[in-house]
Amino acid sequence: MSAVIDAHHDDHDHGPAKGITRWLYTTNHKDIGSMYLWFSFIMFLAGGVMALVIRAELFQPGQSFVDPHFFNQMTTMHGLVMVFGAIMPAFVGLANWMLPMMVGAPDMALPRMNNLSFWILPFASALLISTLFMEGGGPDFGWTLYAPLSTTYGPPSTTFVIFAIHLLGASSIMGAINIIATILNMRAPGMTLMKMPMFVWTWLITAYLLIAVMPVLAGAVTMMLFDIHFGTSFFDAAGGGDPVLFQHIFWFFGHPEVYIMILPAFGIVSHVIPAFSRKKLFGYDSMVYATSSIAFLSFIVWAHHMFTVGMPLAGQLFFMYATMLIAVPTGVKVFNWISTMWQGAMTFETPMLFALAFVFLFTVGGFSGVMLAIAPADYQYHDTYFVVAHFHYVLVSGALFSIFCAVYFWLPKWTGHMYSEALGKVHFWLSFIGVNIAFFPMHFSGLAGMPRRIPDYALQFANFNAWSTVGAFIFGLSQLLFLYVVIQSIRGGQKATAQVWDGAEGLEWTVPSPAPYHTFSTPPQLK
Amino acid sequence: MAQQQVDGHEIYYVPSQSKVPVWLAFGLGVMLYGVASWMNSLQTGQHGHEIMMLVGFLIVAIALYKWFAAVIVENHAGLNSSQVKRSYVWGMGWFIFSEVMFFAAFFGALFYIRFFALTWLGGGGEKAITGEYLWPDFSPDWATGAVNPHPQFAGPDGTFAAPSLTNWGAYLPFYNTVILLSSSVTIHVAHTALKEGNRRKLILWLGITIALAFLFMGLQIEEYVQAYRDLGLTMDSGIYGSTFFLLTGFHGFHVALGTFMLIIMLARCLKGHFTKEDHFGFEATAWYWHFVDVVWLALFLFVYVF
Ligand code: HEM
Ligand SMILES: [Cu+2]
Repeated sequence: MSAVIDAHHDDHDHGPAKGITRWLYTTNHKDIGSMYLWFSFIMFLAGGVMALVIRAELFQPGQSFVDPHFFNQMTTMHGLVMVFGAIMPAFVGLANWMLPMMVGAPDMALPRMNNLSFWILPFASALLISTLFMEGGGPDFGWTLYAPLSTTYGPPSTTFVIFAIHLLGASSIMGAINIIATILNMRAPGMTLMKMPMFVWTWLITAYLLIAVMPVLAGAVTMMLFDIHFGTSFFDAAGGGDPVLFQHIFWFFGHPEVYIMILPAFGIVSHVIPAFSRKKLFGYDSMVYATSSIAFLSFIVWAHHMFTVGMPLAGQLFFMYATMLIAVPTGVKVFNWISTMWQGAMTFETPMLFALAFVFLFTVGGFSGVMLAIAPADYQYHDTYFVVAHFHYVLVSGALFSIFCAVYFWLPKWTGHMYSEALGKVHFWLSFIGVNIAFFPMHFSGLAGMPRRIPDYALQFANFNAWSTVGAFIFGLSQLLFLYVVIQSIRGGQKATAQVWDGAEGLEWTVPSPAPYHTFSTPPQLK
Repeated sequence: MAQQQVDGHEIYYVPSQSKVPVWLAFGLGVMLYGVASWMNSLQTGQHGHEIMMLVGFLIVAIALYKWFAAVIVENHAGLNSSQVKRSYVWGMGWFIFSEVMFFAAFFGALFYIRFFALTWLGGGGEKAITGEYLWPDFSPDWATGAVNPHPQFAGPDGTFAAPSLTNWGAYLPFYNTVILLSSSVTIHVAHTALKEGNRRKLILWLGITIALAFLFMGLQIEEYVQAYRDLGLTMDSGIYGSTFFLLTGFHGFHVALGTFMLIIMLARCLKGHFTKEDHFGFEATAWYWHFVDVVWLALFLFVYVF
């Protein structure tokens, strides 16, 4: 037990340990945040390669590049890897780095559990990705895991996918518990709830959503597991079950899940836009209430993913109107961001460019969402590329752009160096153009009837698809530039001041850049 | 035992490096890889990786032991300020909430099947067409458990649905309900005793709680035996059996875990780990036990009685 007694003499004075054990055994929120971010970037590249395989196959009609069974594995894995491996861990990484500094806490509330949450991820994703090399191939039923494709007809590796999802879920739940405990318990004296920075607020609500719905996903895949191995018939009508039941449970998780991936993004943008407009955020209180109502509504709209399965009319109407209601608080947010910029002294550094693109393109995704929410219209759109266009606008130019935005915004605080503004801007423009070339044509191919998750298509979709593929490659390759910019800023460059951005506000800007290994060992005095 | 202070502020104890979490993560990965390949080997008859399963489990167990031991030592060393303790309290509270949501998924499945899917499959309700198309002759009856449209799922001969009230004297789930509810009371009495500093009373009532827990599990096993042997109510007998065994099974698993926690708490009480004011380990266990109890209540109502 000597290790424990050691802790008696304050280890706040030392810096990080040396060598690999610094990362393996760490309890430091900044180390863990960095690991989360690097991990998510690696997963982003892995998922990106899969996306490019998909796009390469779809460049031309006909079967040209990979066989259809492998194509299905690619669409499935791309979705799973991006959602659970890239986007979610990236936001948790940002939370790790920033939340303790933003609320004036010495670290996360439960530092060892924090490390556990992270280290589960590499093992879980190894389990997930290894299925591609197993007999019968990896999962080929889509990231939504619909039964009976995944139960009766799934490959043997499905069992491994299920346990990988259990692990990823456990990691998310522990991460979320940690975040909630940090926010509720570790704020500096004087930081009342309604004085918390928006990123803190959005993460508080996101964490709540995570704890509420990850166990439901665990329940869903557990039922799958028992249907596959132990003869239950949850999703089999022959035994009195119902495959549609799977969809209900999955989407009860799934819709809040998409808000899990966008609420922290709202938080980030609510920091960046005021900073570069040199104004306070417009309508802070309404932002908080809008975020809360989005979270609440996200629990009662799930069946908008299932309009075509044959729900009773009353159900369709309810879910249609409830879904449209979400557009109201979302609209409140967009108006607040725009009003924040109104008459501001704006400048357009890379984080601001990403934030602006976020507001603009996320709104495009929101509009296509409202179109999809109209049940009778969705009969036409469902399972077409229109849906793919919708969720890539909200997830790539929404969630992912906000992550880029956050990295550029806080990178000087992390590394102590400014990144190259010129290269950052090139990265932005390439990404912006690439995203739009890749995903905008999908609206058209979708409206014209092209089904999603199909390796081949009719000739009339050829032009749209060629464009999408070109855009996807532009977007994908420009992320290597992002990697370069980040590494460059880690290795050197112009020294950053503590304040970094003259319009930025918050406790994180009161500590030096790079932020010392331990910040706020005693709570700061709030003005 | 003084908490560390600087300028009148309590220091929030941030543990230094620890080997345990990464080992735990590794153990979990190994264990679940083993479990998955073992499950697959059940179907293919090929050889699985049972050894990995066991090795992984061992690593997990050792890591958890070391982790809890470290936390206890830290607490006794006075490192945990009231704020650190509050973090543990929040942590446990939200963990229980996540468990509630896990059970909610299975209850949701139960309700959906009973009130929507089965009706439609049987040719009733708004989606009656489902039944007419798929199995025109099928008429569902949840109460008897005979709800299987297809002969592939034999269907049970009987269920544990409640008999008329006068016959509850021979109704096993009723006894289990009484036992588990009483154990919630006894753990509460033990907790009160702990707060009064009455050691003998604490150990007595905690012991009774554990005895009740074992009694419950014993009867639950007896019930499963009856189900398989006498009623033909099995996991693969159709949807009634599916929901019945997964709900009661996961509940039983949680009872087992809770019992294990109670036993640890008994050992810690005997060792004198707790004080009147400082005994969150005990309190967390008590919360968990109450949670298991509440889940049972829902189970009793919706799986058995109604
Ligand atoms: C105004 C807000 C939104 C509305 C009204 C909306 C509506 C919809 C509807 C109705 C669908 C189902 C389409 C179909 O399958 O036929 C859908 C799909 C989807 N949405 Fe949204 N959405 C909104 C915002 C978002 C956001 C913010 C995200 C994520 C950050 C998101 C992610 C997704 C995803 C991933 C899917 C497709 C899932 C799949 O089938 O694989 N949506 N949306
Ligand atoms: Cu949705």
